[in-house]
Amino acid sequence: MSVIESSLAELSRRLAAKELSAVEVTQASLDRIRATDTKLNAFLHVDEAGALAQARASDDRRAAGGSLGALDGVPLGLKDNFLTKGIPTTCGSKILEGFVPPFDSTHVTRLSEAGAVLLGKLNMDEFAMGSSNETSAFGPCKNPWDPSRTPGGSSGGAAAAVAARQCFGSLGTDTGGSIRQPAAFSGVTGLKPTYGRCSRYGVIAFASSLDQVGPFGRTAEDCAILLQAIAGKDPRDSTSLDAPVPDWVGGMAGATIAGMRLGVPREYFVEGLDPEVEKAVREAMALLEAQGAELIPIDLPHTEYGIATYYVIGPAEASSNLSRFDGVRYGMSKREEGGLREMYFRTRAQGFGSEVKRRIMIGTFALSSGYYDAYYIRAQKVRTLIKRDFDEAFRKVDAIVTPTTPGVAFELGARVADPLQMYLADVFTLACNLAGLPGMSLPCGFTSAGLPIGMQILGKPLDEASLFRIGAAYQAATDWHSRSPEVG
Amino acid sequence: MALTNEQIEKVAKLARLSLSPDETEEFRQQLSTILGYIEKMQALDVEGISPTAHAVEVDSTPLREDVVAPSLSPEEALANAPARSGNFFLVPRIIE
Repeated sequence: MSVIESSLAELSRRLAAKELSAVEVTQASLDRIRATDTKLNAFLHVDEAGALAQARASDDRRAAGGSLGALDGVPLGLKDNFLTKGIPTTCGSKILEGFVPPFDSTHVTRLSEAGAVLLGKLNMDEFAMGSSNETSAFGPCKNPWDPSRTPGGSSGGAAAAVAARQCFGSLGTDTGGSIRQPAAFSGVTGLKPTYGRCSRYGVIAFASSLDQVGPFGRTAEDCAILLQAIAGKDPRDSTSLDAPVPDWVGGMAGATIAGMRLGVPREYFVEGLDPEVEKAVREAMALLEAQGAELIPIDLPHTEYGIATYYVIGPAEASSNLSRFDGVRYGMSKREEGGLREMYFRTRAQGFGSEVKRRIMIGTFALSSGYYDAYYIRAQKVRTLIKRDFDEAFRKVDAIVTPTTPGVAFELGARVADPLQMYLADVFTLACNLAGLPGMSLPCGFTSAGLPIGMQILGKPLDEASLFRIGAAYQAATDWHSRSPEVG
Repeated sequence: MALTNEQIEKVAKLARLSLSPDETEEFRQQLSTILGYIEKMQALDVEGISPTAHAVEVDSTPLREDVVAPSLSPEEALANAPARSGNFFLVPRIIE
């Protein structure tokens, strides 16, 4: 078996045992990227020299008898909305083409302190606005299982790179499903932690009350190892929670789910759900039941209002956050003629793509005088109702099981002309962000055409541990997560 | 909800976006459809429901000790400036 096939956890053990060197593993990842990325377009920037230098440093530490832990020498990728000092960061947008951040995001700092090797920056929908990676200004990333299809979005590159064995894990961000949906479409495991579990410092903001950083891995255990390194209070983000970070990885050893109560929401098994997706998810639930979990039907009655609520709150916050891209301090600046005002209008018109403009327009409308109460405040009230649905459900169950998406990866180009149709693809993932819950997507099967299917597990706030236990128990009994696509 | 071109132009102006006539028409149609879908929220009774700005209770104005800590140097802060003058960001003229 080639080294790139091992999981992050397995690689970590082999590095610790000195069966492999970090340089040799990093070189294997770089070779894999070179061999497959012309086809996939997962990476927007590969930092070959930097990665090899970090790998050599890791090998030197081990040679001297030291180690920084489970991630020491492990090659990873980062979605291109994490600021990386000295390394270009575009957020998938022309407006930031050529931008080189002067500081690192908290996650980059923490991963570096853990000895990880950072291979480069991964493709994404522009400003994380999209569900297919097609709004990237640098061309879409392709699905490794079928390059005519989307890997999902907005963290498409972060999912595809893990699926294609270009890296052993990656970090993405999830505002309405942007980790879980591409994880499902690309056949990998992805986790959106509880809101506030991780810092948002140094991550280019989309919707600040919904954005959360999280890991992609081949297994739930890989995700736990990555989350372990990045979670915890950050003095630089006042919304990061000052909550103890449990030993998730330790808690997964021999994890059992016997006696766990799993809620099955009626509203997530409705018309429009692909029959092959429903079959795979129901089989996965039956397996969890066979492992001792109890399946309990529940109601989340405000589910049908999720998309409407999200597509007011997300764009409203985005329209405010993106006002900083004005041509003054960094990025594109169109100042050929006219004054300051002309520079603002021209820079933003030429720098932003159409989906970003569309969301800025929706958000500006919802916040504008005369519409603020009817749209923005009302959406925040409906958000309260959606959150209460979950509070109510979690009195009866320990976690909730659903399909991650109503369908599987769609053809590139199939939905670009119809933004509302694209938004509807997020129907099962965005309530989790509105309620601030942790959510994970696990591979749970393939369609007859060979496309991956994802199962979503939603947990109580700060109860990532239950998601990891369920993931570990499920993946101990199945092998969907260890299948890899033929690329190139 | 049917929006007019004037409404689209007003919103674009608030958002500091210049739109071509084609974009204005495209956004008019698309925003009308999207806002039409969003209107389903209006059917819910939200009387007496308080709005949620953050899912997790956070202290919106936490205080910290006012201590000097390392920060970016002027050179680093200005490294990406499209134009600068000394230690300032230079912008085009503001008053005509």
